[in-house]
Amino acid sequence: MSWHRKCIAVLQKDMRLEFRTRYAFGALIMFAVTTLVAISFSLAGGIVDVDIAASLLWIIFFFSAMTGVSRAFVQEEETGSAIALKMAADSGPVFLGKFLFNAALLVGVAVLVVPLYLVMFNLSVALIGGFVATVFLGVVGLAAAGTILSALAAQSALKGSLLTVLSLPILLPLLIGATNATRTALSGGNINSMMTDLSMLIFYNGSVLAASLLLFEYVWCE
Amino acid sequence: MAVYLRRLFCSSNMYGVSSDARHFGISYISEVRAIIGQVLLGVGMTVVVIASFLYVPAIPGFGATGETARIIVYHVPAAWIAVLAYLMSTVHSVAYLVTRDLSRDRRALVNAELGTVFCLLATITGAVWSRAAWGMYWNWDPRQTSIAVLLLIYAAYFVLRSALNDADRRARLSAVYATLAFVTVPFLAFVVPRVFPSLHPDLGAGGGRASAMSPEVLVVFLASLICFTGLYLWLQNIGVRLYHLQAMRLLKRGD
Repeated sequence: MSWHRKCIAVLQKDMRLEFRTRYAFGALIMFAVTTLVAISFSLAGGIVDVDIAASLLWIIFFFSAMTGVSRAFVQEEETGSAIALKMAADSGPVFLGKFLFNAALLVGVAVLVVPLYLVMFNLSVALIGGFVATVFLGVVGLAAAGTILSALAAQSALKGSLLTVLSLPILLPLLIGATNATRTALSGGNINSMMTDLSMLIFYNGSVLAASLLLFEYVWCE
Repeated sequence: MAVYLRRLFCSSNMYGVSSDARHFGISYISEVRAIIGQVLLGVGMTVVVIASFLYVPAIPGFGATGETARIIVYHVPAAWIAVLAYLMSTVHSVAYLVTRDLSRDRRALVNAELGTVFCLLATITGAVWSRAAWGMYWNWDPRQTSIAVLLLIYAAYFVLRSALNDADRRARLSAVYATLAFVTVPFLAFVVPRVFPSLHPDLGAGGGRASAMSPEVLVVFLASLICFTGLYLWLQNIGVRLYHLQAMRLLKRGD
């Protein structure tokens, strides 16, 4: 099989597993919705400042991504299928397949959670295109860094709980950029500052993906 | 077959012993040289500490009177050593991934530890200075954000190391983490402080408030930089030898 077909095959395998159990998607959605409801409930209908609302969105995304993304490799280690996967495909296709799966998972969660977030906090989006682009790029970045770090964490004794510790410092540039861009999109600030944040997100995603593709070989092959 | 033979011959290097041999066979001459170096370092550091209080004049442009600015004799060299040690840690991490030589992993660990110690020193001296000059210890200035993230990354690095028991796997995965962090952190450490307005004075750029350093300050400052670098090299040497001996002891026990 050629390189990209192996990558698609890994993606299809994970998709099929997910459709059978809906384990990761269900956990992710419930985590995000629970957090959203808890925050909204504790605010008791008070008006939320745009600054706080923007950072809340990315805190919710960060922690729910951590619960869902870690699944991809922990599950391979738990069921013992990691060795078979190592024999079937090189490290590159495995990483890309897992990354695409995680990205699809998080985009799916975002599609459901973001409208709920806008309704619950009574927000209106000033720059819709910019907002959609921010959420998409931010979520893809979460998936990219989360994929390689969950592969690291899956080999340790702590597994899932280690992922959050490892991810926060690496993802902080992304979270800062995404929060700034979201704030601009919600309040309708100037488009130029938003373009700076968006291009930083693109640059961040690109460099994390490139570094991960190079480094994943060392994580995956013992 | 060739690979098998290579493995057979290289097996003595499995614990990264042979490449550290120069730290083990300490000759008489190198010992004398080391003692001279340590004495020079001790004298130099003492002179710098005394000079920073008695000789260095107040630096106008920092804070209200410039009296507190003498802290740059410690703050800037500490930050420089932190960056240098973290850089060397990354270099040794990448070298480990290429060579799979465990002595590289020990060097990466020693540098990460030293970098964290000096980074903490830079953070604390920076916060004290910030309090004296602007009235607040911590206000998430871009420089403070970037140094806090550096500390967080290496805190996570040490947690990752402690969560892995097997020496090879620990070396491999922590090297990957250090390299990945090195790719993403420049955003915070170098881009953010220059894009967003910061109170932090820029020493190198020349256009800042701090560009005019008087000759007296400059002499003590450069002497301090040299002494801090010497201290770093000495501590690194001790750390590498210590971890080497620990690995040797494990090897003897047959672990």
